[in-house]
Amino acid sequence: MAEYAIKPPTADLPTGLIRGWKRYSILPGFPLAMGWTLSWLGLIVLLPLSALIIRPWELGVGGVWATLVDPRVAAALRLSFGAAALAALVNAPLGLLVAWTLTRYEFPGRRTVDALVDLPFALPTAVAGIALTAIYSPNGPLGAMFAKIGIKTAYSPVGVFIALLFIGLPFVVRTVQPVLQDLDREVEEAAHTLGATDFQRFRYVVLPAVAPALLSGVSLAFARGVGEYGSVIFIAGNMPLKSEIAPLLIVIKLEQYDYAGAAAVGLAMLVISFGTLLAVNAAQVFLARRGRA
Amino acid sequence: MMRAIRLPGAAPLMLALTLAVLGVLIVLPLGVVFQQALSKGLDAYLDPLKQPDALAAIRLTLTVAAISVPLNAVFGVMAAWAISKFEFKGKSLLITLIDLPFSMSPVVSGLVWVLLFGAQGWFGEWLIAHDVRIIFATTGLVLATVLVTLPFVARELIPLMQDQGADEEAAALTLGAGGFTTFWRITLPNIRWALLYGVLLCNARAMGEFGAVSVVSGSIRGLTTTLPLHIEVLYNDYDFVGAFAAASVLASLGLVTLVLKTLLEWRHAGELSAHRRN
Repeated sequence: MAEYAIKPPTADLPTGLIRGWKRYSILPGFPLAMGWTLSWLGLIVLLPLSALIIRPWELGVGGVWATLVDPRVAAALRLSFGAAALAALVNAPLGLLVAWTLTRYEFPGRRTVDALVDLPFALPTAVAGIALTAIYSPNGPLGAMFAKIGIKTAYSPVGVFIALLFIGLPFVVRTVQPVLQDLDREVEEAAHTLGATDFQRFRYVVLPAVAPALLSGVSLAFARGVGEYGSVIFIAGNMPLKSEIAPLLIVIKLEQYDYAGAAAVGLAMLVISFGTLLAVNAAQVFLARRGRA
Repeated sequence: MMRAIRLPGAAPLMLALTLAVLGVLIVLPLGVVFQQALSKGLDAYLDPLKQPDALAAIRLTLTVAAISVPLNAVFGVMAAWAISKFEFKGKSLLITLIDLPFSMSPVVSGLVWVLLFGAQGWFGEWLIAHDVRIIFATTGLVLATVLVTLPFVARELIPLMQDQGADEEAAALTLGAGGFTTFWRITLPNIRWALLYGVLLCNARAMGEFGAVSVVSGSIRGLTTTLPLHIEVLYNDYDFVGAFAAASVLASLGLVTLVLKTLLEWRHAGELSAHRRN
């Protein structure tokens, strides 16, 4: 099997002397492009973000803590993170299944089905929100079915979970799909000829190879789910302590002109999400090492 | 020779399961939008779209997108030029910063502007004293939309331009072309499809954004309600046919985006960044 050296993405850049922090290049436009980029980022991202980081502390450390452990806020944070985690986990096998079918089988309309996977990205969240509510409300087609077996879907935490399932699926499919596509079939064939069962082949050959991508897709779906607003608020029912999501509490606090409180909730969401992503990154490095071994 | 390995008998089952998952989870909601919108007949469907508030909402949505998308397209080209054609320290930090808006909740992307420009924001008093409105006005909607959609174009261009390197530009410059000519005749033709792809996604998100704009809008009917916010207003008034009619307009926009995006992926795969090639 031929081995190719992996070229660093910028290897084609003309080399030159490094003076200070930038390597010399004959290409023009660096000051303009860099200046524009930094100004825009400063204005649109950094300045607003600094307000988010600084303003909660108007309440003092105790005040921020009191805001976050307030039962209503704590319940909302728990719901947002819990439902997002659960939906992301359920999306792992679903996304793997869809990605597997799309890469391994040839069937009429495959490319159309492939394109449809991106629909949750393309459909505005408010549209998805009212549509899901119509489907899962007690008199909607699926809501009525679930109601018969005693499960309340819309206007309960289950509804939040369903909306996040919808939003998260493409993240998992799209991160796993390229890896499955590139997976060397010869290794699988070798396993097959050596007498591995289908399950063994999946468990010991395919799964270790896609695990890092799967984890990354799940964490993307999770991160998106934590902050999701539009597709959730219609179906959630928004009952305090039961089905209120964290972003909604930010909106409520803003309506009460509690800027610092709203910023505290927003900052907490950002910090927890970032912490999770860092942990996932570490896990990914670990998995990638094991997958290669 | 590659021989496809098959899970004996599993293919039809896997296919059926996949279609079931996608059908229930993804296609059904899309169908419901149109079914609900048309549930009371064609007249009842068209009527809410002709209301002045609806027309104002459509106009505002187009205005906000027409301002935000070009701004972020220019930013995307500038950022990609700096990042892909030059070597400098702190590059990965810069890329992380550009990606940051993707990991922020849309509501937080609206909140931060209120913290700056709201009545009790950092610049709130100054704005009130000078009678400038940002929050509850079009400017706020644009700022929120720009923040949410900031990474879209840059993300499409950076990986592609990194793959392309700077050899062609260097050759043009060596042959005596000016900086602008080089960009216009060499770089732009090389990235045009990826640029279009990014603009397409950026536009879809700009027109469909809900969370961020709902925080800064105040939902003043006919004045600061974009089309997604208009859906919410109607829905909360129990005008379901009206809400779904408005939603069907946005759903159609989503569908058109999806079709164009898929066409680009099929026809110009080689000219898109690698992760877009199917």
